[in-house]
Amino acid sequence: MSTPVYHLKRLVKDYGGRRVLHVDALDVQPGEILALVGPSGAGKSTLLRLLNFLERPTRGLVCFLGEEYGALQSVPLEVRRRVTTVFQRPVLLNRTVRDNVRYGLLLRGQTDALEAVGAALHQVGLAGFGRERSRTLSGGELQRVALARAMVLKPEVMLLDEPTANLDPYNVGLIEDILRQINRDLKTTMVLVTHNVFQARRLAHRVGLLLDGQLLEVADVLTFFESPRDPRTGAFARGEMVY
Amino acid sequence: MAGGSRIDGILSGFAKAIQLLAKGDSALYRIIVLSLKVSGTALVISTLVGIPLGVLLGLSRFHGRKLVVALLYTGMGFPPVVVGLFVYMLLSRSGALGRLGWPIIPTLFTPGAMVLAQSVISFPLVAGFTMAAVMGVDPGLRMQLSALGATNWQAAWTVLAEARVGVIVSIIAGFGSIISEVGAVMMVGGNIENSTRVLTTAIVLETNKGQFSLAIALGVVLLALSFFANVAMLRLQGRTLDE
Repeated sequence: MSTPVYHLKRLVKDYGGRRVLHVDALDVQPGEILALVGPSGAGKSTLLRLLNFLERPTRGLVCFLGEEYGALQSVPLEVRRRVTTVFQRPVLLNRTVRDNVRYGLLLRGQTDALEAVGAALHQVGLAGFGRERSRTLSGGELQRVALARAMVLKPEVMLLDEPTANLDPYNVGLIEDILRQINRDLKTTMVLVTHNVFQARRLAHRVGLLLDGQLLEVADVLTFFESPRDPRTGAFARGEMVY
Repeated sequence: MAGGSRIDGILSGFAKAIQLLAKGDSALYRIIVLSLKVSGTALVISTLVGIPLGVLLGLSRFHGRKLVVALLYTGMGFPPVVVGLFVYMLLSRSGALGRLGWPIIPTLFTPGAMVLAQSVISFPLVAGFTMAAVMGVDPGLRMQLSALGATNWQAAWTVLAEARVGVIVSIIAGFGSIISEVGAVMMVGGNIENSTRVLTTAIVLETNKGQFSLAIALGVVLLALSFFANVAMLRLQGRTLDE
């Protein structure tokens, strides 16, 4: 069995003395799409920030490709740049679409990447939008630009924090297709946070349920939805509120 | 009659002003050049100090930040004549700086002393407005930039670039506060002919002497300088007068 991309060991995150996340163990395998579902405030977004090394854990370890990072270790920039996140609310620079998509490449010193930028925009269905100002775009277009600027970096891991929340069904379908394509063609490992169990079922290979900061259950899609181990998982999968 | 003659005087003053400017009066041009040198140097100093401080206050949280912000806001409303008084006391022979006698410390009644006074006047405006501009940028942007692989410096620089309209306004405000002030430069410069006489102090002197035509000429020049400086800064913002 290959080394997991992530291996979490007794990972804890507190804010102001309040525990918001406590995951005893979780592995994320290379090339898989792992969906994390759960109600608002369950700790899903906090976990993504820890996986992207945007915050340090209070305790415990994030093992990334065999290297351990805890509360005291700083994560080298080159490691941090192997992961990126697409957030629920895309925040774009007040520049052209092309400038937004090439931003991460410029950070990495890739100044002649217009071809890659064009290809990424083509893949998200925005081929003719390169010269448009970002502020003129619709919500769905903004999210697709955010997706393009993440995928153009060819990250080993793409973290997705409710990437289709507040979007219309057309854009939801479009973005899900793009994610499937990236995962299939580039073998990009994905961790998808969503409160939409239907989306988790459509996209993911495995699904985990977070409740009150704790990972209740992780299983392959069929098991998670058809024969969950924990009755609360079944209740959540059926769309019943679980608190 | 008295009112009519006053208006005639002003009109003839305008005519004289145009005449002086057209014939290239050397005294007038010396005053203009010194005004630009003093205020330009002070603006460069206050920009170099004020913008980094504004970014620091806008983007970070540390103990004592609120005190620094309160001091900055107080500085934004400081009467120039009070600043002039403080600088005068500091630079006088028995003052805290004057007694040191270091070559880097300017002496009273020199352009250097005027630059110092004007820097003190304009720097809180540049820093305060820069801080407000940076705080106005979407707070989610920094997290997004970090997720794309930006270092803290790269993220801060990008946020500053996003706040550029407000930052240019801060520089305009700083320039406006010093090109038009008279109290501080009069106090620390002394309005010495061919040495420390600038547009504002010359206007005061000529008005007191009853030389309205020269005073109006200087006033017209001051307004024109201010106008062109602001147009130039609008161009830096990427805007035109039509927007």
